[in-house]
Amino acid sequence: MKQDLGFYDYWPYENRPKIQWPGGAKLAFWVAPNIEYYELDPPQNPFRKAWPQPTPAVAGYSIRDYGNRVGHSRQMQLLDKYGIRGSVSLSTALCDHHPEIIKQCRDLDWEFFSHGIYNTRYTYGMTEDQEREMIRDSIKSIFKHTGQKCAGYLAPALSHSELTLDLFAEVGSELFGNDAGIYTCDLFHDDQPTPIHLRSKKRFVSVPYSLEMNDTIAYVSNKIEPRRYGQMLKDNFDQLYKEGSNSGTVMCIPTHNYQISCPHRMKSYEEALEYITGHSDVWVTTGREIAEYYLEHYYDDSVRDIEDKLGQKS
Amino acid sequence: MNADKKYLTYPHRSYGMDHSLYEWSILDERAPIVWPNGKKLALWVNVNLQFFPLNQQSIPFPVPGGMTMPYPDLRHYTLRDYGNRVGIYRFFDALDKYGIASSIAMNTCVAQRYPYLLNKVVERGHEILCHGGHMDALHYGGQPLEEEAELVRKSLEELRELSGQPIKGWISPAKNESSNTPQLLAANGIEYFCDWVNDDMPYKFHTEQGELTAMPLSTELEDRFIIMNNLHSESSYKEQVIDACDYLLDEATTNGGRMLALNLHPWLLGQPHRIQTLEQVLKYLSSQEDIWSASPMEILSAFKSQT
Repeated sequence: MKQDLGFYDYWPYENRPKIQWPGGAKLAFWVAPNIEYYELDPPQNPFRKAWPQPTPAVAGYSIRDYGNRVGHSRQMQLLDKYGIRGSVSLSTALCDHHPEIIKQCRDLDWEFFSHGIYNTRYTYGMTEDQEREMIRDSIKSIFKHTGQKCAGYLAPALSHSELTLDLFAEVGSELFGNDAGIYTCDLFHDDQPTPIHLRSKKRFVSVPYSLEMNDTIAYVSNKIEPRRYGQMLKDNFDQLYKEGSNSGTVMCIPTHNYQISCPHRMKSYEEALEYITGHSDVWVTTGREIAEYYLEHYYDDSVRDIEDKLGQKS
Repeated sequence: MNADKKYLTYPHRSYGMDHSLYEWSILDERAPIVWPNGKKLALWVNVNLQFFPLNQQSIPFPVPGGMTMPYPDLRHYTLRDYGNRVGIYRFFDALDKYGIASSIAMNTCVAQRYPYLLNKVVERGHEILCHGGHMDALHYGGQPLEEEAELVRKSLEELRELSGQPIKGWISPAKNESSNTPQLLAANGIEYFCDWVNDDMPYKFHTEQGELTAMPLSTELEDRFIIMNNLHSESSYKEQVIDACDYLLDEATTNGGRMLALNLHPWLLGQPHRIQTLEQVLKYLSSQEDIWSASPMEILSAFKSQT
């Protein structure tokens, strides 16, 4: 184990090169619905239990299935109402289990990025070859079922190895060159995209995917009331929007259909989406579009600025 | 420690579910259901009458709401028993005041211990569901089949005999099951069970002993889950139920009938400082013209006649 994996250098939030999103927008806004498949009886991982009780874990399994049977349609229609294309964090086995959901998202021109094969298969304990194979399988599945060259990654159930980001970038290049494997959602260190160091030296970025705004973290871990969650979304937006005048920021709402799409939680979510998309100078976009725009316009300046400031005192 | 080779094989990676218990189906794409008199939302209120034994065994886990202190944990034992002695009578008044129907899910042990209460429930005409033996008699993966078969058989047989009702509905204690639970229920004359919370409408569930209907009884919207597990305020609970009601009524306008399933605990909402919350919720629900307040069997019959 290492103290730090060295993915990024310390880079103070103040006085960075100014980012302006397309059309002069101050804030890039994206919604990342996690569309996941949890197995009823997954093989045992040596480091993490999939379910708290012996199989069948009816409570945990069935509420997650609710997300696919009931919740997905609700969130999809809601996002469409506000002109938001989802960036789907996809358990790619779902392409096989529930192709109807994939087709619906494709028809709305949503982005798909890899969230592993199943959300009950953890990276822990995988060899480098196994993890590479799992990532390759997931990228190939997305291409086969959607025609998209997977740009982003969020490790399944946020389970990582030291090599996760390297392997994702490398497999992306191996399959599709610089069209795939260009951004990660696994790091929560910043409110702007940041360049990431990889062993391959590939141009690769972290796109902010907020754990704090994640509905499952809010509802399941932090046990927040639905109306308060809606208010947190608005407050998060207000601050990032204000700061976006100085330099463009990114706001992400990561969601799960088994949480956000429960009937008692939809109202506050809709109010927040209406509020956010009701502002001018908001770029409503996807993870890939943020990563590509940043790589094209700001990546090099950022790398230079970070190098200039390394070791500097304020 | 490395993951073995099996960890990268996916034997169930194909169309539909990763099991054969029920069919994969998107609610939004099913044929619309029409409730009696053209109502949009079937309201199913289920009230639990539970017995939490003082000598809790916690096999294979401590039941939520059960004993947490060293024996004898009189605080939790009596606080739960409060629901059967006091809270339920406040519930009866509140339900009557707003003309809301409710089913009663009863541990068989409650029927045995409190004949007065059982008689009251029967006289009032509530549909009774079996809620297993008691709250510490869990059904669980790895439980010996004979042991569970006997538990199901006895719980149902005795509750049927004591109540005089046919008992067609089932909720497992803690909604926990083994892989055998559904087929044991089917073999013992159960028509519908409420442990799986993966839908907002009933759906068909297959077992080797015949078909069941799953009647999803939302956990996320349950009083115990919101107030005791999530530690939300009473007013937030009320707000959440009302928001759910409004949302489902709206969805039913375009997508066909929906079901609002409220699972309630007299030991929780029956407290003096919470009963007004229940009354306010029932008042709101009873004021909605498009709501059909019904028993689960009535909802199931209306559903089955159209599917």
